[in-house]
Amino acid sequence: MAERRAGIIDVVVMGAGHSGLAMSRLLSERGIEHVVLERGQIANTWRTERWDSLRLLTPNWLSRLPGYAYPGDDPDGYMNSVQVAAFLENYARWAGAPVVSDTTVTSVTQSGVGYRVATTRGDWLCRAVVLATGAFNQPVVPHIAQGVPSGVHQLHAQAYRNPEQLHPGRVLIVGASATGVQLAHEIQNSGRSVTLAVGEHVRMPRTYRGRDVQWWLLASGLLDRRIEEEDDPERARRVPSPQLASTPGLTLDLNRLRNQDVEVVGRLAGIRDGKAQFSGSLRNICMLADLKLNRLLSAIDEWLDGRGRSLGIAPAERYEPTVTDDAARLSLDLREEVRTVLWATGFRPDYSWLRVPVLDPKGQLKHDRGVVDAPGLYVLGLPYLRRRKSSFIHGAEDDARELGAHLANFLGRKREQLGDRHAS
Amino acid sequence: MTIQTRTAENGVNVAALLGAREALSKAPEAARFKWRATSKWLKGTHSRATVEGFFGLGGEQMHRQAYQFDSDHPEIFASEDNGAVPVELVLVALVGCLTAGVASVAQKRNIQLKSVQATIEAPMDLQGILGIDPNVRNGFDRIKVHYEIDADASAEDIAAIVAQSQKRSAVFDVITNPTDVAVTTSKA
Repeated sequence: MAERRAGIIDVVVMGAGHSGLAMSRLLSERGIEHVVLERGQIANTWRTERWDSLRLLTPNWLSRLPGYAYPGDDPDGYMNSVQVAAFLENYARWAGAPVVSDTTVTSVTQSGVGYRVATTRGDWLCRAVVLATGAFNQPVVPHIAQGVPSGVHQLHAQAYRNPEQLHPGRVLIVGASATGVQLAHEIQNSGRSVTLAVGEHVRMPRTYRGRDVQWWLLASGLLDRRIEEEDDPERARRVPSPQLASTPGLTLDLNRLRNQDVEVVGRLAGIRDGKAQFSGSLRNICMLADLKLNRLLSAIDEWLDGRGRSLGIAPAERYEPTVTDDAARLSLDLREEVRTVLWATGFRPDYSWLRVPVLDPKGQLKHDRGVVDAPGLYVLGLPYLRRRKSSFIHGAEDDARELGAHLANFLGRKREQLGDRHAS
Repeated sequence: MTIQTRTAENGVNVAALLGAREALSKAPEAARFKWRATSKWLKGTHSRATVEGFFGLGGEQMHRQAYQFDSDHPEIFASEDNGAVPVELVLVALVGCLTAGVASVAQKRNIQLKSVQATIEAPMDLQGILGIDPNVRNGFDRIKVHYEIDADASAEDIAAIVAQSQKRSAVFDVITNPTDVAVTTSKA
């Protein structure tokens, strides 16, 4: 690919992950001139900021992008980080994406008829910017982390690679979404004792009625559910990732971890005098997750019944309620009993370079389903941006198609406005 | 499939609650409330607390009237039993909060309640407060609440209402999570 030099262009897409590459492909189909700026290499986060055993939560057959399906021979497997990076790299090559790598954006400002995108390799002037930098840039660690005693090692999941990196002693893992339960499983298996602090979570079986749960979510239309259909969109966007592991057939719920001797405790509520304090709400938190799981399974069963043929599909199942101890531990002396605290407390997007007044007081981007509160500015790939599948690889296409249409329309109007003066 | 046209009547103004939620999400300052009570020692272990005013929606607010709560210890503690034991008031507060939540959530979900009865109990080992055994805490060992609810809904829907009520309960949060407490003193 020929090296592109900074200059004037219609659209700058920021980030060469699945969202940015999907948008790039659809812009190319419309003949819209653009570049995709990437701070490192394609799929940078997958290459550099994730643990060794991480795999996609979706099976391979579901890994698809505009015009491109999974080309391999293991449709039911789950890609590891290296394979995801290769998949995206192959896609970029196939699509002829105009990626400019090793180019870090230092600021985006409004300028003239559009935006100035300043980078470590020159400035771009453009009419529209698509933010496809992802939702998982900056590790989130709660303030109470300051109370972890100095002799106890602490790290965020972003810096975790494998159990060998950790002291052999007890590990307190904070957070029980996909990351927390996967790391609890792996670290407990390595011979280290794990205590897992559990807040609100989404319980989900890996397979249901003989098929990957993602198959059901897709087929029944649940993944296509639109954000407009939600009573409380803000809350829907905050729902944590489901407790899924990417080992075929392995359901990694709290009961499974408990059988593995992982100690399950309530949400980490505070650290005082070196002692971690856990909420007494664990029982209700698990009850809420069990109730929601059963509602999901009922929705799937009803959808299947409605289709009228379930030949060859395994019968409906319900799972054992989450077991909670009557004497669940409410505190843990970190100095005495814990060597490592591992924060599996999520990520947030980084907009520190965005010098356009489009952030709310909490630092969140003001946008309507991806159309940001500034003309010509778009965002892609955030959880439940437009549909429940928005942040997944296979969810990129529909969102990018709709936002691409909006963007094309915007550029058209812009040209009309400027047409008299800038006719070529 | 039946189309539900009837609206549940649990005496909770959900529209007003949702309106307040909408308004307060846009005016975070108005959402900052402050709750208060005053207490006066009467005699022995007997004291009387009063609640009347509180702060919220950006200004001082008043209850419709002042409410008083006597607390004391029972006769088996050589007290006069002029009121509830303070720990019982904690249980009263928890169950009051959860039941208010049950009614509100049921209303929001358009589920007609017919009866809601709760029992709450909490074991406590007095060796803690009496300083007999330093390994025994002063407070409850645990708290158990049981709801018996008659409503136009499945057992699972009723369980979901009670679970949601806990999720949104202030007193449940106060009891299940640590709270920083500052007690100061001045000479009158």
